[in-house]
Amino acid sequence: MFQNVGEILMLLWRTAWALPMTWRQRRKVFDQLFEIGNASLLMACLLSLFIGGVLALQTGPVLAERGLTSFIGQIVGLSMCRELAPAMMAMLIAGRIGSSMAAELGSMTVYQEIDALRSMNINPIQYLVLPRLVAISLALPVLVVFSILIGWLGGAVVSVYNYQIAISYEGYFNSLRDGIDLIDVVNGLFKSAAFAVVIGLVSCHQGLHTIGGPRGIGRSVTKAVANSIILILILDYFLTRLLMHLD
Amino acid sequence: MNATAQQGVNLRARDVCKSYDGQRVLNGIDFHVERGEVFVLMGPSGSGKTVLLKHLIGLEVPDRGEILIEGQPIHSPGVVDRYRLAMVFQSGALLNSLSVADNVGLYLSEHRLHPPETIARIVTEKLALVGLKGIENKLPSELSGGMKKRVSIARALVIEPQLILYDEPTSELDPLIAVTIGAEILRLNKRIHVTSIVVTHDRELAFGIADRIALMNEGELIALGPPDQVKANPHPLVQRFLQADFRFNPESITP
Ligand SMILES: Nc1ncnc2c1ncn2[C@@H]1O[C@H](COP(=O)(O)OP(=O)(O)OP(=O)(O)O)[C@@H](O)[C@H]1O
Ligand SMILES: [Mg+2]
Repeated sequence: MFQNVGEILMLLWRTAWALPMTWRQRRKVFDQLFEIGNASLLMACLLSLFIGGVLALQTGPVLAERGLTSFIGQIVGLSMCRELAPAMMAMLIAGRIGSSMAAELGSMTVYQEIDALRSMNINPIQYLVLPRLVAISLALPVLVVFSILIGWLGGAVVSVYNYQIAISYEGYFNSLRDGIDLIDVVNGLFKSAAFAVVIGLVSCHQGLHTIGGPRGIGRSVTKAVANSIILILILDYFLTRLLMHLD
Repeated sequence: MNATAQQGVNLRARDVCKSYDGQRVLNGIDFHVERGEVFVLMGPSGSGKTVLLKHLIGLEVPDRGEILIEGQPIHSPGVVDRYRLAMVFQSGALLNSLSVADNVGLYLSEHRLHPPETIARIVTEKLALVGLKGIENKLPSELSGGMKKRVSIARALVIEPQLILYDEPTSELDPLIAVTIGAEILRLNKRIHVTSIVVTHDRELAFGIADRIALMNEGELIALGPPDQVKANPHPLVQRFLQADFRFNPESITP
C-alpha cells in the first residue's frame, strides 16, 4: 500500500494542475454530485440518527447517575461534530462512492476505454479524475453538516425518551448550544474535506492502475475501500492533533 | 481540412523493445510503413500485436528504440495532433456511460472543434459510412459486438486521421459484415490515402487487403513482405501459421 503513496501524491498534483479546467467539466461534476447524493443521503441520515442515539445511550445513564445530565447535549454535540460525523461519513462514502469510482475506472482501464481516451488526446485526469475529486470534496462536507444535525437529533430523542436519562428537549439543546462553538463544526468540516480528497484520490488511483481483467476490478475495489479507511483513520489522528494545536 | 490530410503519413519503428515485469514482449521490432499503404500484422495470440499498436500510437513508451512519424519521434510535441492518429481497439473500447453519438463525437466535443449541431451531423455521416443508422441514442451495452466494432471505427474516422490502426477489426463480425469492413478499410485507404495498419487473425482479410504483410511471433517479426512473398516464405512457423486449418486428419485425433 505505501509504495503507492508517491503515485497518489503525483495524482493529487496533476489533478490540482487541472483544477482550472473544472468549469469546462461542470456537467460531469453535477452528474457526480447527483450520484453521490442519490447513493448516500438516506443512508447517511439513518446512520447519523443512530450514532447520535447510541452516544446518548452510552453516556446518558452514567452522567444521570452522577447528576450531570446537563452535559449530555454537549457531549453528544461535540463528539458528533468534531469526530463522529466526519469519520463515519467518510467511511460511508469510502464504501459507497469510493468503491464505485474504483470499479468504474477499473473497468474502463481493463476494457481499454482509458487507452481510447488517451488515443483521442483526451487527458483521463481532466476528463475522469478531476470531476470526481471535485464532486466528492464538495459533497462530503455537506453530508457531514446533515449528519451533525441529524446526530444531534438522534441524541435528543434518546435523552428525552430513555427512562434512565429522561431530560427535556430544552435542557438537551441548551446544553448543546452552550458547549459548542462554530469553530467545532468548522473543524469537522475541514477534516471531512481532507478525507474526501483521500477517498477520491485512492479510489481513482486504484481504478486507473487495475490490471488483470475482470478479477482485477474486484481487487481494485477492495483495495480502494480498505486503503481509504486505513488512511482516513491515520489522517484523522494527525489532523485532530494539528487542529488542537491551532485552537 | 489541410493539404496533408489527404496524404497519410509514413511510419517507422526502429528497434522497439518493451518488457513488462522483466518479461520481453517486444524484442527489436524494426519496420517502416509507407504513406497510404495497407500494412497487415499477423501473429499468434499473445505475440505482442496489441502492445506494438499501442507503441505505434504513442500510448506506451518503448524501453529502447523509437517510433517515427514522418521522421519525427512520436512523443515530440504536436506530432500526434498534427498527423491525427487513430486506433480502433480490439474490444471496441466505447465509453459505456456515453451514448453512441456522444462516443463517436467525443473527440470533436471534448476538443471543442465544432458546435454541437455540426458534430451531430458529422456523427450521423460517419455512422452511415460504417453502415449504421438510427442508433445514435443507444448505449454501447445495447449493441451487438459487431455494431460496437463499427461504432468504434466511426469514432476513429471522426478524427480525420492520417494513420489508422485497426486491432482485429473483423473479429466478432459475421462474414458478410467482415467483408464490408474489409472493403471499407480499403475504400478509406484509396479515397483519403490514409495509412492503415491492420492487426488480424483473418487470413482472407489479410491477403485480400494487404500491400504488405508482417508476421509476428513472441515479440519479433519473423516475416515481412508483399502477400505472395510471405506466402512463399519457407520459415516453418510462417507456414504453420498460414496453413493451419480445420480439416483435421481424423486419424490424428485420439479420443
Ligand atoms: N500492461 C501490461 N502489463 C503486463 N503485461 C502485458 C501488458 N500488456 C500486455 N502484456 C503482455 O504482453 C503479451 C502480448 O500481449 P498482446 O495483447 O500484445 O497480445 P496480442 O498479440 O495482441 O494477442 P491477441 O491476438 O490475443 O490479442 C501478453 O503476454 C501480455 O500478457
Ligand atoms: Mg491483441
